[in-house]
Amino acid sequence: MIEAVGLTKRYGAKTAVDNLSFQVRPGAVTGFLGPNGSGKSTTMRMIVGLDRPTAGRVTVGGHPFRSLPNAPRQVGALLDAKAVHGGRSARNHLLSLAQLAGIPTARVDEVLGVVGLQDVAKRRSSGFSLGMGQRLGIAAALLGDPRVLLFDEPVNGLDPEGIHWVRNLMKQLASEGRTVFVSSHLMSEMALTADHLIVIGRGQLLSDMSVKDFISANSADFARVRVPPEPEQREKLTAALTEAGGRVMPEPDGALRVTGLPLPRISDLAHGAGVRLWQLSPHQASLEEAYMRMTQGAVDYRSTADAKEGLVPPPPPYELPPDSGLAQPPELPQRGWYAPPPPGRSPAAPAPSPHPTERETSEESR
Amino acid sequence: MASVPAVLNSEWTKIRTVSSTTWTLISAFVVTVAMGAALSALLNSQFDDLPTAERATFDATYVGFSGMTLGQLAMVVFGVLVVGTEYSSGMIRTSLAAVPQRGSFLFSKIAVAGALALVVGLATSFVTFFVSQALLGDHRTDIGAENVLRAVFGGGVYMGLIAIFSMGVATMLRSSMLSLGILMPFFFLVSQILSAVPGAKTVARYFPDQAGSKIMQVVPDAMNSDPAPYGPWAGLGIMALWVIAALAGGYLVLRKRDA
Repeated sequence: MIEAVGLTKRYGAKTAVDNLSFQVRPGAVTGFLGPNGSGKSTTMRMIVGLDRPTAGRVTVGGHPFRSLPNAPRQVGALLDAKAVHGGRSARNHLLSLAQLAGIPTARVDEVLGVVGLQDVAKRRSSGFSLGMGQRLGIAAALLGDPRVLLFDEPVNGLDPEGIHWVRNLMKQLASEGRTVFVSSHLMSEMALTADHLIVIGRGQLLSDMSVKDFISANSADFARVRVPPEPEQREKLTAALTEAGGRVMPEPDGALRVTGLPLPRISDLAHGAGVRLWQLSPHQASLEEAYMRMTQGAVDYRSTADAKEGLVPPPPPYELPPDSGLAQPPELPQRGWYAPPPPGRSPAAPAPSPHPTERETSEESR
Repeated sequence: MASVPAVLNSEWTKIRTVSSTTWTLISAFVVTVAMGAALSALLNSQFDDLPTAERATFDATYVGFSGMTLGQLAMVVFGVLVVGTEYSSGMIRTSLAAVPQRGSFLFSKIAVAGALALVVGLATSFVTFFVSQALLGDHRTDIGAENVLRAVFGGGVYMGLIAIFSMGVATMLRSSMLSLGILMPFFFLVSQILSAVPGAKTVARYFPDQAGSKIMQVVPDAMNSDPAPYGPWAGLGIMALWVIAALAGGYLVLRKRDA
């Protein structure tokens, strides 16, 4: 059992973790999610006493970590897979950690087998790949057979087989009644592994609930509707659906995303409007989308478009040969996945196209 | 709480399982012995060309320890690496997560590494003494002579203290590169140059290496060096104060800062 109460960490003016309170219960895998820089690692480091909280407290089994009797036997942590002296062999690294807690040497070989590193046990860890490093870190966490386990991004750098193995290992550890706390920035990974989710953004708690509740609370069901590529058909259907209280958003490939109406009702409305349907399918927004929506406002590092200004001249506009018969303007300009049409313009309006002929003549005359 | 014997045991495993330990300690030994031997042989053959003042204060023991100026640098590297690699590799986080009591972690580490440096230092100083005396011919001295055993034993302690001082500095600076970048030029250049500059040398003789090296002199003001206002044991005491200050600083930094 890990319990944080009002946990806060400031580095100068930057608040990494802001008044965070949560509990991690035994017998379940608890996922700890957040975008990069949201304070996941800082929180984990405070749990194991590496960083001192600016305010608040965090306890493991009721004790602050630094006053735990024989900490390695109670808490195992993988914080940083590369936190190993590269000149030391995997086995000696684990041996030095085992000796700290009075763990017998035989246990070292045991955990090496568990993580599948027995063949490279005598090799220097500087030659290890990221995935091997993760396995070594997991071995170190398992060494003391602890009741509480912390893993910071354990699947980083692992191959699919390794990811599968970690997933099962977490579940198995939790089923043995241990407290398993796993951080990740991959929602899809957590959806498969975790039973409970704690989501933070900018150091603040965004959500603390079971995965099941998280899905039902955050996912929006929608229907994907496809009609023949005739603008009047689309407009007719859009009008009918909107009138009936639905919300219609165009998708980049020309389909329509309809929310707020059950499938049979969409079909009835289409029939009433005399529109043929080519596709009508139910969809559930993935957990990933729900998570993205939730953390949208809390992302610290957002990429901007790479304009490459001043690096390369802009490529000439792409043109189809005039006789190919395919030269139609795209029905919809490629905007974002969700972006609704700008006000005052129909989604079916042709995209404004540059004037290639003018450009061509000017280039030829040069 | 991780017990102190357990931490000592673990630190011993850590120190004996990296090759940098072996290499730095072997080079400290080889450099000190070889340079002491070479200078002893040289001075033996050119004794008559020495200035009168140096001939009058000729100190066979101290001459044998001439290699210490370079050999101590290997000890500095050893001390810095023992602590610094914990930080550069990130191992410090694994270590401190396993031993939350930072005081027992730091002082166990320094006890193990310091004891090892002391043992190697003593072996180096005794071997250096016997090799150099064998090469000094008629100018040699004997281990049984007055104050000679004190100087030879003190030479070993000096090497151990240099290593421990470096560990303290590395704990304060939390970086191998930074610590080496400060300590190497300091011991190799700054301290040596300042101790030769009039005016600056009244301060420089209280530097850890200048004060500590007095323990290796049998003849006062050996080889016409500047007279110091303290004796050999007081010199070693001044050095020990530096070491204690470095360790205290290191402990405070380790306790206060986030790892």
